[in-house]
Amino acid sequence: MALTTFNPRSFDLSDTYAFTGTVSGTNVGGGSLVKISEQTASASSSISFTSGIDSTYRTYYFKFINMHPSNDGVLFQMNGSTDGGSNYNTTKTTTCFQAFHNEADTQAVLQYATGGDLAQSTAYQLISTEIGNDNDQSTSGELWLFNPSSTTYVKHFMSRFQCYYFNDNSTDIYIAGYLNTTSSVNAIDFKFSGGNIDEGTITMYGIA
Amino acid sequence: MALSRLKADSLNLADNFTFTGDVTGEAVGALNLLQTQTASSSASISFTTGIDSTYDEYWFIFNNIHPATNDTYFKFQGSTNGGSSYGVTITTTNFIAEHSEAGTSPALSYNAGDDLAQSTDFQTLCRRVGGENDESCSGILKLYNPSSTTYVKHFISDFNLYQSQNFSLRSLTAGYFNTTSAINGINFKFSSGNIDDGTIQMFGVTQ
Repeated sequence: MALTTFNPRSFDLSDTYAFTGTVSGTNVGGGSLVKISEQTASASSSISFTSGIDSTYRTYYFKFINMHPSNDGVLFQMNGSTDGGSNYNTTKTTTCFQAFHNEADTQAVLQYATGGDLAQSTAYQLISTEIGNDNDQSTSGELWLFNPSSTTYVKHFMSRFQCYYFNDNSTDIYIAGYLNTTSSVNAIDFKFSGGNIDEGTITMYGIA
Repeated sequence: MALSRLKADSLNLADNFTFTGDVTGEAVGALNLLQTQTASSSASISFTTGIDSTYDEYWFIFNNIHPATNDTYFKFQGSTNGGSSYGVTITTTNFIAEHSEAGTSPALSYNAGDDLAQSTDFQTLCRRVGGENDESCSGILKLYNPSSTTYVKHFISDFNLYQSQNFSLRSLTAGYFNTTSAINGINFKFSSGNIDDGTIQMFGVTQ
C-alpha cells in the first residue's frame, strides 16, 4: 500500500526539495501566477484553449514562445468564443500600432497600423505580423485577457509581440481592444493566416 | 532526528503528486497576491499597507473599473506618509492608440493633455472612460522599488478602455515619483464621481 503520511520529524520542512513532478494544488499566499495549461504546436492548423477559461480567475495571461509558421509572411491571429469553441467569431473593436527597424538599417518607424485593427468585426484579430518562416524566424510575446467570464462588461485584452518579419526586420507590435460581448468568453483560438503552426509553445496562466 | 534522505526507489520524483494542503512558501519569480479591493460606489481606493521593502516590484491589476460618471478620467497618486496625503511630484509620458467602433479615427498619438511635468496632481491612467453598463477599463500598473531612499520611483502602466464615445482606447503611461523618500501608499480615483464597480489587486513580485 502506498504511504499517505510520514512520521512527525521525518522531514525537515525548512530544507529545499526539488520536485520534478507537477504541483496540481492551489497556491495560497504565494505564487499567484498559476499555470493552467500549455500546448506545443507540431504542424498544427490552430491551437485552441477550450477549458480552464472561467470564473476561477479574473485575469488570464498567455505567453507565446517562438511561434513558427509553415508559410512565409503570415499573420498570427486570435479569436474568442462564447460557446466553448464551437465558433470563434466574437465582435471586436481594436487598435494596432508597431515599431519596426530593418536589418539593413534603412527603415526605423513608429506608426499606427490601420490594416491591423478591427471595428466591430467578427474576423480574427492579428496579434503578430507577417512572420518569416526561415528556420530561425518566429514570433514571441504575451496576451492579457481581463475578466472573460463577466456577463456585465465587454472583455478587454492587450498584447505585445516581437516578430522576426519576413523581410528581415524586427517588429514590436501592440494590439489591444475588447471582445464586444456581455456573454462569457470561454475559449480562445490562435492560428496563422495561412498554413500551419509548425512549432511553438503557448502557455495559459490564471492570476488568482 | 529528522531523516535527511529517503531509501532509493521509495518515491518516484517523476510522478505527479497532488498536494491537498496549502502551499504557503514563496515561489521565486512569482506573483504574490497581497491585497484585493473591490469598488462599490467608492470615492477612491487606497493601498496603504504592504508597500514596503519586502518586494522590489509591485503589480496592480485592474479588472473592469467602472465609473459612476460618464466620460471621466481614471487617475492615481502616491504617498510618502502612509496615505495621509497624496501629492508626490511626478513627471510622466502618456501616449494612446484609439479606434472607433465605426471604423473611423484610428490614431497613435502622444497625449500632451495627460502627461505631467514636476506636478503633484493625480496622474491619468485612462482618459474619458465610458459609464454605460458594459463600459469600463482594465489594465496593469507596475511600480518599481517604492521603498528606495536613493532613487526616484519608476512606474509603467498599460490599459485598455471602452471610451465614452465608443472607441477602443489603449493608454500607456510611464514616469517617476520624483522623490527619494519611500512610497508607501497609492490612491486610485476617477476625476469626478465614484468608482461604481471593479477590482484592483496588488501583487508583490518575487525576484
